[in-house]
Amino acid sequence: MKERLYGLKDEALQKISAAANLKELNDIRVAYLGKKGPITEVLRGMGKLPPEERPVIGRLANEVRQVITKELEKKQKELEQQALEEKLKQEAIDVTLPGRPINLGNHHPLTKVIREIEDLFIGLGYTVEEGPEVETDYYNFEALNLPKNHPARDMQDTFYITEDLLLRTHTSPVQVRTMEKYRGQGPLKIICPGKVFRRDDDDATHSHQFMQIEGLVIDENIRLSDLKGTLNVLAKKVFGEDCEIRLRPSFFPFTEPSVEMDISCKICAGEGCHVCKHTGWIEILGAGMVHPRVLEMSGFDPKKYTGFAFGIGVERIAMLKYGIDDIRHFYTNDIRFLKQFSALSK
Amino acid sequence: MRVSYKWLQEYVDLSNVTPEELAEKITLTGIEVEEVIRPDAEIKNIITGQVLECKKHPNADQLSICLVDVGEEEPVQIICGAPNVSAGQKVIVAKPGARLPGGLKIKKAKIRGEVSNGMICSLEELGIESRVVPKEYADGIFVLPEDTPVGIDAVPLLGLDDAILVLDLTANRADCLSMVGVAFEVGAILNKSVHLPEVKKNQGSGERVEDYISIKVANPEDAPLYTAKVIKNVKIGPSPLWLQNRLMASGIRPHNNVVDITNYILLEYGQPLHAFDYDRIGSKEILVRRAQPGEVIVTLDDVERKLTEEDLLITNGKEPVALAGVMGGANSEVTEETTTVLLESAYFNGTTIRKTSKYHGLRSEASSRFEKGVDPERVRLAAERAAQLIVELAGGEIVDGIAEFAELEMEPVEIQIEVGKMNRFLGTELAEDEVAAILDRLQFPYQMNGESVTVQIPSRRWDLAIPEDLYEEIARIYGYNNIPFTLPQGNQTQGGLTQYQKKRRVVREVLEGAGLNEAITYSLTSHEKYGQFSPITVEPVRLMMPMSEEHAELRVSLIPHLLDAVSYNQARKNNDTFLYEIGSIFINRGKDVQPQEVEHVAGVLTGLYVNHPWQGEKIPVDFFIVKGVLEQLFAKLNLTERITYEKAVLDGMHPGQTAHILLDHDVIGFLGKIHPEREKEYDVKNVYAFEINLEKLLQEELPESTYKPIPRFPAITRDIALIVDKDTEAYELQKVIKETGGKLLQTVKVFDVYEGKHVAEGKKSIAFTMEFYDPERTLTDEEVNRINEKIVERLRTTHGAELRQ
Ligand SMILES: [Zn+2]
Repeated sequence: MKERLYGLKDEALQKISAAANLKELNDIRVAYLGKKGPITEVLRGMGKLPPEERPVIGRLANEVRQVITKELEKKQKELEQQALEEKLKQEAIDVTLPGRPINLGNHHPLTKVIREIEDLFIGLGYTVEEGPEVETDYYNFEALNLPKNHPARDMQDTFYITEDLLLRTHTSPVQVRTMEKYRGQGPLKIICPGKVFRRDDDDATHSHQFMQIEGLVIDENIRLSDLKGTLNVLAKKVFGEDCEIRLRPSFFPFTEPSVEMDISCKICAGEGCHVCKHTGWIEILGAGMVHPRVLEMSGFDPKKYTGFAFGIGVERIAMLKYGIDDIRHFYTNDIRFLKQFSALSK
Repeated sequence: MRVSYKWLQEYVDLSNVTPEELAEKITLTGIEVEEVIRPDAEIKNIITGQVLECKKHPNADQLSICLVDVGEEEPVQIICGAPNVSAGQKVIVAKPGARLPGGLKIKKAKIRGEVSNGMICSLEELGIESRVVPKEYADGIFVLPEDTPVGIDAVPLLGLDDAILVLDLTANRADCLSMVGVAFEVGAILNKSVHLPEVKKNQGSGERVEDYISIKVANPEDAPLYTAKVIKNVKIGPSPLWLQNRLMASGIRPHNNVVDITNYILLEYGQPLHAFDYDRIGSKEILVRRAQPGEVIVTLDDVERKLTEEDLLITNGKEPVALAGVMGGANSEVTEETTTVLLESAYFNGTTIRKTSKYHGLRSEASSRFEKGVDPERVRLAAERAAQLIVELAGGEIVDGIAEFAELEMEPVEIQIEVGKMNRFLGTELAEDEVAAILDRLQFPYQMNGESVTVQIPSRRWDLAIPEDLYEEIARIYGYNNIPFTLPQGNQTQGGLTQYQKKRRVVREVLEGAGLNEAITYSLTSHEKYGQFSPITVEPVRLMMPMSEEHAELRVSLIPHLLDAVSYNQARKNNDTFLYEIGSIFINRGKDVQPQEVEHVAGVLTGLYVNHPWQGEKIPVDFFIVKGVLEQLFAKLNLTERITYEKAVLDGMHPGQTAHILLDHDVIGFLGKIHPEREKEYDVKNVYAFEINLEKLLQEELPESTYKPIPRFPAITRDIALIVDKDTEAYELQKVIKETGGKLLQTVKVFDVYEGKHVAEGKKSIAFTMEFYDPERTLTDEEVNRINEKIVERLRTTHGAELRQ
């Protein structure tokens, strides 16, 4: 019987090792370990053996069974692994094929610039104020120290709707309206983005409609140096940490003193190029300390309050920042243009 | 204002500063220097010569063969094409090897068979603008004075070895419309003293000016100060070269000595003068008055001008002889025959002059100065200085005295400032002696009393009136670069966006997340496009003077310009174009009332919304894609439950594929397909669009986000397929299902719509899936079945719906 058991073991192990798939393996299991299998048969025939041999044969039979079971399990795992590998191989794809596109749109570059500036100033404690595009002569001019017949009105070529109504030439009327809303009570810190209009023929550098963003701060003891510091923060945020600024005296009827801000030319690094007209500096915005008459007209006591204001042409910033050469691109809305300004670029 | 560096040197010591350095300093201190022109930058080797002989070129009518003495041993032969060349003239010669502006190199040449050793130059060829070249030399070579030596360098002779600083003056700095004004500015910048020209007391003729002329001014406000001097026995002729050079460098064309002197003084003092031919005035009276309507004057430029009551005139008591402050009259012009000159120096009302100048489209050096203001203290001084120069350069005798009308009241301007307050305003820490030093540089007289400084503002700086003006003067001389960088210190404020602004950002994000790119278009539109895609029927808000018909009226819909953008893109084969815009529309509320401005959001979509060809997915934009985008938006804004759609007929939209969007029961916008005829007008294809009143959409407060428990009990679903009339709207059926389903019915969704085979003509099959759920317990099939049956029964009565077998 011993020999028979050893024989069965060898035979089974051989078959297991030769099994090509899980079905064959299962057949082997049934054939050798099943209720009708040869080992069971051996155990069943043990009664005929002398009692002293029984435990020996029994042990051997169990051993054989265990060895076969173990081998079966081992083989099963092997085959399963094989089958899985085969399946995975079948499922392989060309990972370099393009994915299913998900459409994603962008902010308009002007909105992108405005939003960057808005967020900067919100962080500095400013709120965002907006106002109508059709304004009265009072809010657009008179309340800003530009009475009728003021020579500086020539500077503003205006679209009039009636004698008294016009398309605003700057977003400053929003400042006036906000000052009125605050009823002479500071502090007031606002920025005002919006569309403005001037009688210009549309060409590469002019547009009859464009965007402005203006800022206004009124409080007790606002200083010219505060304006300089604030503009410095703005320039560095928009044009990078290495951007230098300088202020030059200028003139606007609604501020006194008035300044213009230049930034260092990045293109030539100060050497002089056509963008900076060979000066190393690029004019970027106008600003100043709010004229006491403007404060007074809008209900703030100029003895108690001072303030500063600044105004930025958004197109100009975007053109410099992104190297755009023609202002008309902003209003043509060619999607090949619009798609270039993804949300996360600087 | 063009400032000659060499001329400026007469008033201020510029020995340690180059023109370019000076320009930089002026720019940083207050006046932008647009450019520094070096007139001789491109000129090399031009000399003086004398034409000895001049004869016709044998082979060319227009050319002359000239023999020119250029100071060498032998005269040289030069071919000249100028019509005014003739023997005896002193001329400017560019010899072979010379360079002229524009990169022109002079070489020895043969012209029509004759040798030419150089070129005789016109002023234009030397880079001088033709509009300032004296008229007699405008079409030919320039002829130098007879006493000019031969063979000397012509560059210094013509004053071209100079630098011209072109100042871009702001409206407040009219004081720098004069050399003397610029000298004060530069003196302050460089901390140098200013040397003014000496005006001598003129030796008179012994006659009294009153015997020659009397002055009357009808309305003193128009001309509060009007003076006249008379100079007799003058000899009109060309000015000396130095004077002509300075005028041309400053952009003024030389005429004759007397006129040139008036212009020279205008440039020097900023005071416009006018010289009349005294004899041609024809009376002993000057009357300054407004024109009568219909009155006419022929100005110096030989243009007849019809006048209005707004125009101020200088008259001889009857006839106009000049348009005050703007231009003289042809009838009293100084000519070669003039012997007695009446010299006007006045202070005119700036507004009056501006109106006249604007109305007649006549801007002169004089008018632009009167408009911005002149220094009243220089009115008489300028006249005296001009008279003196006339005597010097044109001979003649000055009639004693000055005839005048003088009602100009000059109140001296005094500004008081406190040094501490000024420092708090500027953010500086200037000491009192530093402030004093700056005021000295500005040459402003002042008294200091501790912290308090009282400053007497000179009349030449009529732009200064309030302490802030003086702060600016002190700060800019101190240097804006020396002001520190600080941030506002005071009260803290809370920055942020309003609810509306926050939600508007969400709208942008949702639309961009759905693939729409933001567009910005013009608010001004054409009359043709006004009213398109809009229910608004009021009269448009229209510009008084549009620049073009294309941009004449304010829009009431964003779609027209978005369609223009689609057309632009489709023409460039950008076929898949999805755009949105947020912008205002303008509703007329009557004349002189601001229109109602309403912010809208609109979009246009065309092309393939999904374009994934290798897996066989190409989905063109259709109504339901646009609707899906909007549903996403409404869901984000928490409005899904309150938004409904109604079939709509709208201007420019496809009548079968357009819906109103309603919030509660209020129409807030629409979506749909553009009408094919309208598409043709815009030259676009297959465009879907939407437009929504953003203010209405965003008016609601957003609810607080609160947690709803995740269902603990299983939901039961039931599907029903109904046969209904073809035009029954899904929304109607859904409404009935919801009403009947009660509170256990959680959701109803359409999952199939079918027409055709197995469905009768005029009918359609529509299938819904319904989900029932009770948060408190597990539902039984029986109770759900009962509800289901009730729903089917109800639909049968309301819509004649049958269950599909
Ligand atoms: Zn540069």
